[in-house]
Amino acid sequence: MTKINSKIPDGPIAEKWTRYKEHQKLVNPANKRKIDIIVVGTGLAGGAAAASLGEMGFNVKVFCIQDSPRRAHSIAAQGGINAAKNYPNDGDTIYRLFYDTVKGGDYRGRESNTYRLAEVSNNIIDQCVAQGVPFAREYSGYLANRSFGGALVSRTFYARGHTGQQLLLGAYGALSKEIKRGSVSMYTRREMLDLVVMKDGRARGIIVRNLFTGELERYSAHAVLLATGGYGNVYFLSTNAMTSNGSAAWRAYKRGAYFANPCYVQIHPTCIPVHGEFQSKLTLMSESLRNDGRIWVPKNKEDVEKIRKKEIRPRDIAEEDRDYYLERRYPAFGNLAPRDVSSRAAKERCDAGYGVGPTGLAVFLDLKDAIQRLGKDVIKARYGNLIDMYERIVDDNAYETPMMIYPAVHYCMGGLWVDYELQSNIPGLFVGGESNFSDHGANRLGASAIMQGLSDGYFVLPYTMQNYLADQIAVGPIPTDSAEFDDAEKDVRARIDKLMEVKGKEPVDYFHKKLGHIMWEHVGMARNRAGLEEGIKMIQEVRKEFWSNVRVPGNANGINIELEKALRVADFLELGELMARDALHREESAGGHFREEYQTPDGEAMRNDKDFMYVAAWEYPGDDKEPILNKEALKYEAIEVKTRNYKTA
Amino acid sequence: MDLKLKIWRQASQTDKGQFVDYDVQDISPDTSFLEMIDILNDKLVEKGDDPVAFDHDCREGICGMCSMFINGHPHGPESATTTCQLHMRKFKDGETIVIEPWRARPFPVIKDLIVDRSAFDEIIRAGGYISTSTGGVPDANAVPIRRENAELAMDAAACIGCGACVAACKNASAMLFVSAKISQFALLPQGKVEAKDRVKEMVAKMDELGFGNCTNTYACEAECPKEISITNIARLNRQFIGAKLG
Repeated sequence: MTKINSKIPDGPIAEKWTRYKEHQKLVNPANKRKIDIIVVGTGLAGGAAAASLGEMGFNVKVFCIQDSPRRAHSIAAQGGINAAKNYPNDGDTIYRLFYDTVKGGDYRGRESNTYRLAEVSNNIIDQCVAQGVPFAREYSGYLANRSFGGALVSRTFYARGHTGQQLLLGAYGALSKEIKRGSVSMYTRREMLDLVVMKDGRARGIIVRNLFTGELERYSAHAVLLATGGYGNVYFLSTNAMTSNGSAAWRAYKRGAYFANPCYVQIHPTCIPVHGEFQSKLTLMSESLRNDGRIWVPKNKEDVEKIRKKEIRPRDIAEEDRDYYLERRYPAFGNLAPRDVSSRAAKERCDAGYGVGPTGLAVFLDLKDAIQRLGKDVIKARYGNLIDMYERIVDDNAYETPMMIYPAVHYCMGGLWVDYELQSNIPGLFVGGESNFSDHGANRLGASAIMQGLSDGYFVLPYTMQNYLADQIAVGPIPTDSAEFDDAEKDVRARIDKLMEVKGKEPVDYFHKKLGHIMWEHVGMARNRAGLEEGIKMIQEVRKEFWSNVRVPGNANGINIELEKALRVADFLELGELMARDALHREESAGGHFREEYQTPDGEAMRNDKDFMYVAAWEYPGDDKEPILNKEALKYEAIEVKTRNYKTA
Repeated sequence: MDLKLKIWRQASQTDKGQFVDYDVQDISPDTSFLEMIDILNDKLVEKGDDPVAFDHDCREGICGMCSMFINGHPHGPESATTTCQLHMRKFKDGETIVIEPWRARPFPVIKDLIVDRSAFDEIIRAGGYISTSTGGVPDANAVPIRRENAELAMDAAACIGCGACVAACKNASAMLFVSAKISQFALLPQGKVEAKDRVKEMVAKMDELGFGNCTNTYACEAECPKEISITNIARLNRQFIGAKLG
């Protein structure tokens, strides 16, 4: 436990961030141009940080995997972004947003970070409006809000179902401005394959693969920021984009950075159900639908059978024969219960045999009552784009018949361990957005991911990175021909050569799907000791099979999509095992981590605060050795730790 | 479903390229178009052939990465739909499907169906933003904005930057793309300060990069997966003339 220093500032929680800023070190404007910063990823966290650091005068090099920084997967966030503005006058405060987020995270996040997130949430909305983000407005011309799960106030700002897109385009605009000004250099179609750590222990660079030429390139800087998103694609099927991957974080782990709480994965309750073996991804239906949609399954198994056989339509089932199970189990929050709770409740109904759809793995989300109450036009204005998307994918009209939904992997609360400054245990390596672990505990509330991305990017990292960089001005430019860069590049090349040389029979996706299946069955919505132990063995077997039987065609020079996928899946095959190990060691249920052995008689999650109120920060000890568990004890001073309750207000 | 595919294969930017015929069998109508290509690619990899290179990422119609020209239409025959959201139920069993990359001089083909769209980023860099810096901005509710204007700005801002408008246009004009960004800011008070410079610089950059002129064929609007309206082009023209005059 001694190895962990989370650097939380002293003082009452509401003053910590102000005190930090008052005492942090600054870099003289003339010296900022002498400092290089690498930012990997151009989503909300990376894009906003790169733009802000560029504005300050630092030399920023920013990297993305797509053809343009505007395409990072933050773009797909649909429903909204939280802030404690209290514009609707419904009793919101910074403390309440902080409280809801900590409680939503099942008391497994770091209190001070979460408070800061709530504290800067209002600045984010101001910033985005100034950038021209077209948030929804009332007829008065003032900003509109809606409700999201886990809250009793209406604090979510939104731009139709495209909130992430609009916020990302705002950050992309700011980034474009800085690229034009020359403070930021943009490198597209590059994938980070290693972190360069110097002998003195500081992160000083990265090795990337140019996805067009296949060349390995070296870049150096005084500090490196990873904002590379989550690792949800370890499950193969998830709501993540196809190129979303865990490799940058995993490579940092293998260079010594701690990986925190990898088992905390969010399974989102409202996604379009899986339809077949060739499915490549799952599509989310925004949680905002739960504002007006009621979730139910039939009460009687005879009706379930008839629905599955298409003998009756969902609309034919009488009101009294429907089980609105969220309203039944959680009367205070009802259909707006948090994501982990809602997902488990759907699984519980489906496991009990009440699931609908051809596979029995679906529940209804019904807009009927809202359409009757508000009219189709209002519902169309609120959710039209989601309903259209649903129709394109499923060929069903949600105005006429309830949507079918089922939980799917969506977000990773776990990630690289960071301190209060969002710096990892490797000096000079900072981590922002979904790729760090800090703010959401064991479960993230809706409309909080993009809040955290922009909080980290605009309002936290530009300060904390400057604090680190203040004593770096004497270092001078960092050469890329040092032994450390040579070694890192050599390692990457060896990994690529090894993959090319396997020349096996099966394509990469064959292994990825196999791994995904194991992860979903054994490290998914409900876990238990026996299943996790078996899962670990199975992952090890697939990993062995991968390295002896994967087929990567072509060569490593130039575009080779199968090679890109193989590199990512090779890392997922290791990361998946660490997730299972973390899940196995955590003998309690908390947030997205539900251990079947630890539940109340009515099926609610049972935490064990005495033994597990800590962050599990895993350390890489070298291949073939068991990862080392470091613990950061969690202390709650501003908030009373309770059992999460969504049954009563 | 069984389908015959004619796919443009081009090894590199300098390669001439050609159509190659492929057959795929037993495709479920619920498969998405890109999943159908995934199935083909798995077969090609199993045979040791080079899989078809294509751009894609979010597969939910929002990142703007996918860019196939299918049976003569950018993103295929279905209106208001990106390639990744197109499903095979929209095709007939036994049909021949012709798949090409975007074809426009400012979007050179890099490999097979992948083109280089960095010209769009360059146009945005010329001024497609409000030059505010982080911090030091007023409260978000300080300036009320007419709901109608906010909605129109959102309509324009829905552009995903995929380039279908350019691919659809016989002149390879980028007017719909540029006008969407110009309109978003022209409709909002925050955008007014820099409006004149913005329109002049973005249009100049568009011309410099070799995009063609708009001759009002409306092909861009018809093919746009996000249904960006041609009225944005009219707004751009008014802004442009206003900026040049004053």
